Amino acid sequence: MRGRKIDGRPPTFDEQGEGMTTTASSESTVSARALSRSYGNNRAVREVSVELKRGEVLGLLGPNGAGKTTTMQMLTGNLAPTSGEVDICGIDLVDHPTRAKSRIGYLPEVPPLYRELKVDEYLRLAGRLHKVKTSALALAVQRAKNRCGLTEMGSRLIGSLSKGYQQRVGIAQAIIHEPDVIILDEPTVGLDPNQIREIRALIKDLGRDHSLILSTHILPEVEAVCDRVQILHRGEVVFNDTIAGLKQFRGGQTLQLGLRTPPSPEEISRVAGGASVDAINAQLFRVHPRGTADPTDELVRASVERGWGLFQLQPAQASLEEVFVQLTHREDEQAEQNPGGTPA
Amino acid sequence: MIRIIIAKELRALFASPLAWVVLAFLQIILAWIFLTRMDYFLTIQPQLARVPNAPGLTEIVVVPMFGIASIVLLMSVPLLTMRLIAEERRNKTMTMLMSAPVSMTQIVLGKFLATAIFLAMVGGLITLMALSLLMGGKLDYGLLATNLLGLLLLTGSFAAIGLFVSCLTTHPVVAAIGALAAFLVLWLVNIAASDPASPVHLFSLLKHFEGFMNGSIAVTDLIYFAAITAVFLILSIRRLDADRLRA
Repeated sequence: MRGRKIDGRPPTFDEQGEGMTTTASSESTVSARALSRSYGNNRAVREVSVELKRGEVLGLLGPNGAGKTTTMQMLTGNLAPTSGEVDICGIDLVDHPTRAKSRIGYLPEVPPLYRELKVDEYLRLAGRLHKVKTSALALAVQRAKNRCGLTEMGSRLIGSLSKGYQQRVGIAQAIIHEPDVIILDEPTVGLDPNQIREIRALIKDLGRDHSLILSTHILPEVEAVCDRVQILHRGEVVFNDTIAGLKQFRGGQTLQLGLRTPPSPEEISRVAGGASVDAINAQLFRVHPRGTADPTDELVRASVERGWGLFQLQPAQASLEEVFVQLTHREDEQAEQNPGGTPA
Repeated sequence: MIRIIIAKELRALFASPLAWVVLAFLQIILAWIFLTRMDYFLTIQPQLARVPNAPGLTEIVVVPMFGIASIVLLMSVPLLTMRLIAEERRNKTMTMLMSAPVSMTQIVLGKFLATAIFLAMVGGLITLMALSLLMGGKLDYGLLATNLLGLLLLTGSFAAIGLFVSCLTTHPVVAAIGALAAFLVLWLVNIAASDPASPVHLFSLLKHFEGFMNGSIAVTDLIYFAAITAVFLILSIRRLDADRLRA
């Protein structure tokens, strides 16, 4: 409504815009197209696109310096992309920053906490800055504290809280105005295992009725809470799939086999029905079966019959580092297959 | 929205010892000036009685007090403005304001007005000290008013310049030194030009403030202070928006 008065454009145009935002509730809440950001000659993020629907949890995964934080800063309007566009619920972030920002809750890498304020005072400030009505403010503060396990901490000074609680206050300020999109930059960093479990439960809970993007460099975390994952490597998206797709990619049926007196890899391969076998070291092997065949029984039987000294047999999953190696390797191969490259 | 930011800034200001230290030192220095000028006035009072159209209590006690206050504020406003943006950047709390549905104009105006309100309180305290003379004498209210107006305009310009310098850095101390340097240059720029007709004098804060101290309100002085304040506020907004907008 306000937009119509200010813009003074024909109503049909604005009605389209409004319509987009309401139907967007079941569709896309975040739509970032080809975001790039350069710092001088260093291109921190290259052509990253992010699409997110309501009720979806997207994990941005990558090693340190992959461009996760830069991407999130661009998605929240803290940093201008060198090129590319961001729409939040159909509202352009550069053209209508305040309208778009009112739909986002953002926890940066370092929680933006005023240490001299009490938790309640701080959350009230966060609510007011995000235009929570005065009448609804007390309730919003109470609800955010409940969700983040801060009910007992209302009158404590933020500066005197432990890091885990400070992190929770950071999350509470991001959700106090019930935003459509919640963006959390490494929310579990520096927490103890119990707190990590609680925060993950909270993230899952929030993901039910909000769109959520979180960044992390911990692979199991993504598998625990996310629906989809985008892996960033040196500023580029190298993987964009569902969690099932990631699990498949991480190994699927691969087995890790430990033998005290191993035969040649060729013999193992023959026993396992023609699986490909990589030697990790002299005694450990990685067996990638063909298709969906499960060679576990054959391997155990052969090992007993031929005296291989089996001491380990377990499903092997690639670690994050190995996933990166595979992903970047795959790209290199593609580049080799296409040596001339596409004409620019 | 601006009100929320003003409230937040004033709260942060008074939660730190800085504001109280500045207020206390200012009061001590001014009280001392006030007493010495009073003493001086009392010694020369018999001679003044014989001079027709002699300077009164306001000229001899109040005006020098405002002059000293302007110099003390020149040195203490950088301490107040250094935190405004630089400290928020340093503590990473700027992100909270930048991510909230608040425009850069609202952030800058909120922070500027909070500082201006604090400086107006300082002006109010000085005026109260001057008004205490009413217990035993008469005051020239017009002269008092122009002095107060001049001080408010001057400190408003200080606040705008200090805010802009604070936008340029993430180190509060650098912001304080930068602002102090800028104030001194604008304060003393008239020394550079010995020719009294030189256009350099147009840029001197001191020259423009002197008019108010003498009891005259010139339109050029008003425009000068308004322009300085507006220019540096706009520069601050542009500087903060530069992070958000494409170059």
